Amino acid sequence: MSARTDILDAPAGPRPLRPGRIVAWTLLLIGGVVMVTPLLFMFSTSLKTAGQVYDLRLIPANPTLANYVEVLSDGRFLRWFVNSTIVAVAVTLSNLFFDSLVGYTLAKFRFRGRMIVFIAILSTLMIPTEMLVIPWYLMASQLGWLDTYWGIMFPGMMTAFGTFLMKQFFEGVPDDFLEAARIDGLNEFQIWWKVAMPLVTPALSALAIFTFLGNWTAFFWPLISVTSRELYTLPVGLSSFAVEQSIQWEMIMTGAALATIPTLLVFIALQRYIVRGVMLAGLKG
Amino acid sequence: MAQTNDASAALRAPSPGLAEEPARGWHRLSMSQKQVVWAWGFLAVPILFYAGIRFYPTLDAFWLSLTDWNLLRPARFIGLENYAELVSDPDFWQVFENTFAYLLIGTPTSIVIAFVIAYYLDRVRFMHGFIRALYFLPFLTTAAAMAWVWRWFYQPPPIGAINGFLGSFGIPAQPFLRSTEQALPAIMVTAIWAGLGFQIIIFMAGLRAIPGTYYEAARIDGLGEFAILRKITLPLLKPTTVFLVVLSSIGFLRIFDQVYNMTTNDPGGPLGSTKPLVLMIYQSAFSSYEMGYAAAQTVVLFSILLAVSLLQLWILRERT
Amino acid sequence: MRKTLLKAGLLAGAGLFAANAAQAVEIEYWQYVFDARVKAMDQLIENFEAANPGVTVEHVTFPYADYQTRVVAAHAAGRGPDVVQLFYGWTDNFVDGGILQPLSQEAFPPAEIEEDFFPIVTAMKREGAYYGLPTAVRSLALFYNKDLFEEAGLDPENPPQTLDEWVAAAEATTKRDGAGNMISAGTTLDMAGQDHHWWREVLVRQFGGAPYTDDYRTVTYDGDAGREALEWYTSLQTEKGVGAAGFMDEGQAAFRAGLAAMTIDGTFRLGAFRSIENFEWGVTELPAGPDGTRSNYSSYFANGIGASAEGEELEAAEKFLAYITSPEAMEIWLETVGELPARREVALTEANLADPIYGPFLRGLDYAHTTLFVDEAAQRQLIIDATNRILLQDVAPADALADAAEEEQELIDARN
Repeated sequence: MSARTDILDAPAGPRPLRPGRIVAWTLLLIGGVVMVTPLLFMFSTSLKTAGQVYDLRLIPANPTLANYVEVLSDGRFLRWFVNSTIVAVAVTLSNLFFDSLVGYTLAKFRFRGRMIVFIAILSTLMIPTEMLVIPWYLMASQLGWLDTYWGIMFPGMMTAFGTFLMKQFFEGVPDDFLEAARIDGLNEFQIWWKVAMPLVTPALSALAIFTFLGNWTAFFWPLISVTSRELYTLPVGLSSFAVEQSIQWEMIMTGAALATIPTLLVFIALQRYIVRGVMLAGLKG
Repeated sequence: MAQTNDASAALRAPSPGLAEEPARGWHRLSMSQKQVVWAWGFLAVPILFYAGIRFYPTLDAFWLSLTDWNLLRPARFIGLENYAELVSDPDFWQVFENTFAYLLIGTPTSIVIAFVIAYYLDRVRFMHGFIRALYFLPFLTTAAAMAWVWRWFYQPPPIGAINGFLGSFGIPAQPFLRSTEQALPAIMVTAIWAGLGFQIIIFMAGLRAIPGTYYEAARIDGLGEFAILRKITLPLLKPTTVFLVVLSSIGFLRIFDQVYNMTTNDPGGPLGSTKPLVLMIYQSAFSSYEMGYAAAQTVVLFSILLAVSLLQLWILRERT
Repeated sequence: MRKTLLKAGLLAGAGLFAANAAQAVEIEYWQYVFDARVKAMDQLIENFEAANPGVTVEHVTFPYADYQTRVVAAHAAGRGPDVVQLFYGWTDNFVDGGILQPLSQEAFPPAEIEEDFFPIVTAMKREGAYYGLPTAVRSLALFYNKDLFEEAGLDPENPPQTLDEWVAAAEATTKRDGAGNMISAGTTLDMAGQDHHWWREVLVRQFGGAPYTDDYRTVTYDGDAGREALEWYTSLQTEKGVGAAGFMDEGQAAFRAGLAAMTIDGTFRLGAFRSIENFEWGVTELPAGPDGTRSNYSSYFANGIGASAEGEELEAAEKFLAYITSPEAMEIWLETVGELPARREVALTEANLADPIYGPFLRGLDYAHTTLFVDEAAQRQLIIDATNRILLQDVAPADALADAAEEEQELIDARN
């Protein structure tokens, strides 16, 4: 990798202004606007009354928050929001801990069986979740895990992707650092936790972003493993809400907007970290 | 060691419950032997996890696919009957075709679009961050939620936004989700839309990882823009491209959220024209409770994923 | 789940002290989520608990979409309700799966049931034993938008009574824009909604046929009558242009938005339609056929007793079932949910029959049929697909119907 400017910045150096470049820029901007059109319409419709839904103008004539008040009034969206947050945060913490612990062990320890463990873990990347869902369902129902937070979370507590990503990054940590810590009398756990982990924070944040987003938007397994409405995650809750609303679009758009707003706010606040994290993961992953 | 009140004392011995004797044993171990103990100590819980939550269920899925288990009665071994039933089920072949349509049209389309956008966006400096954010935003949305937005977009007049837009140019209304030909592409567009931002960002990261000296050398050699693209950029982007193709293929093979939510009143679209394998699995398992039959379908999905991934790895190896 | 285990432990303990029978018995009642139903049931439970101090009822609800799966899955996982609500069409599944136990002949004598309830309850009978009883029954009727009728010059107090009048009304109320796009439909066309029942039990009979043999074990709709009925139904879109499948996504949504002049729907839709504020609507009986034949489809959710209930719990479950199928409960249910009482004497009062909304549904019950489904979702899908093949792929109705009949027969045969 070249050590040129920050990965996020536009390329440096003067460039001649050519008509072709202006056309390309304009087309890119139009494309970008098209990309967010569904989101704009979603927000716009959520601010309309039932009677105005058929008016396809983007700016509502008399914007109102009444739909939000109605959707939020019985508390279930709030509940689903809390559920999604609990699940996504817990799974993310677990992945940050275990994936990096395993990635570190595989990157920095020399012992027999290391390659076997690595290949075994990596091979699970080839197993689609859908194949495991039926056995998980059976297992969860026998162990009483269905319809619990743990039941939603347990399949994702560690991932091969995260392990692989962290291993790649730990391999870039110089052995000298670890050796120095060893001489200072730190035990192996402390070396990992206190010395190695701080050196891979960019990777950790990338892993955190992916794991959180993946679990926040997850639909298939939560749909299967949860029965009671109180335990729905936001995507499952929204889907059932949309069906129950019998196609009242302004209410459905309000629900969809409520499901989308949190991630958008986080993105706006942390844009640089998120984009950089995705780039790093893409390059090393 | 036993007397220390350091909070991490417990972690120094591989097994904190052990008494004096083994603790003294610990001292006798060489540096590399200690490392081995530490390594397996670190791996213990993860190994249990991967064995119990990944490998055992995988084997279980293979086993269940050979049974007639249906929730209401205990599983009975029936050999390959589920597979025989699959092969003779016309619905399965339709689903098979749909799944490959998502894969074979969706992946190349999204990769090409993503590359073109990344290629030009990489050179843009004015409002670079803003334009990039526009493309990236959809990646952060929830598929299950956006499926409903798209479902509304695709409605016939008078409520469908896309038909309203077409109508203002005098283009006749399109049936979209109500058509056996248009429904699948219509759903595919939503999946491409959601994944595009991610692919663009990864492509841009790949583009930036190409050392500038390569380009300078090429310019000195008098290569034109297009020649540079063909001879330097594309070959050097190969790992990125393969990574994205694999990821995108897996995504399209497993498409579910969009289809499930966009076709709730006739699941899988008119005449099953949008039904992917995962929706068939879901219906077999959780609407008809035919767990054994569904497990056989998951084995088929697994085989397809394996074949596609191996094929792509092989292609990568061939050309480097 | 943990709670259930705990409860199981407590019950085991309680068994040892059976002499101290003052222990409170707790039973579980399961039904699907639908606001009005949940509210009505909460009220019934309150009344029941007040009258039976020793018994508490835990009300457990599941989303409708996968209610059946949830019940089956819970059963497979070794837990189950004491009293459970089920669609009559699932009875075979639930009985075969060992989820239900037959109602005791002493507590619920079959002769009395057949005398007091509408005859459609016999769909809950297997080999002489009843497996459940409904609180309420549902039938179909024609909903129409009075404002759109008036706008089209039709008399809003005189809705169509025959299929011909109905088509004429639909033609008069259909509106299209300059480009030929429908902007307001004369009627909704939605096989995924109630139209498949309308076609199956009403239109096929009105065109001179029968959908099945009387025991519902043989499909007979693939004759001339069935074909003509389906041709007529699809021609509403293809030739007459008075409706379009998929218009406004769902039929009920189109009617509620005021963009469809007529829709055929059930009693259970009353609650949703009552919230309509921007137009007046009315209800009338389903239109009569060419020879004056009237028919209707009625269905119901019944309440059965879970297979695992025994001893004190069984006793409490029987008491509870008796209460929620009593005349008093039916009146509460009618008031809160708007569904018709399942007992004749409670339903067919003069006040109800004269009611402009309940009247047409109640009269429909008189000549209604109840399809004995083996797998309602799959059988519905076959009719949806047959219609789509005609509408979207230009398949001849006779061929589409023959295929549907063959597949449906296979489904039925597979269950016997």
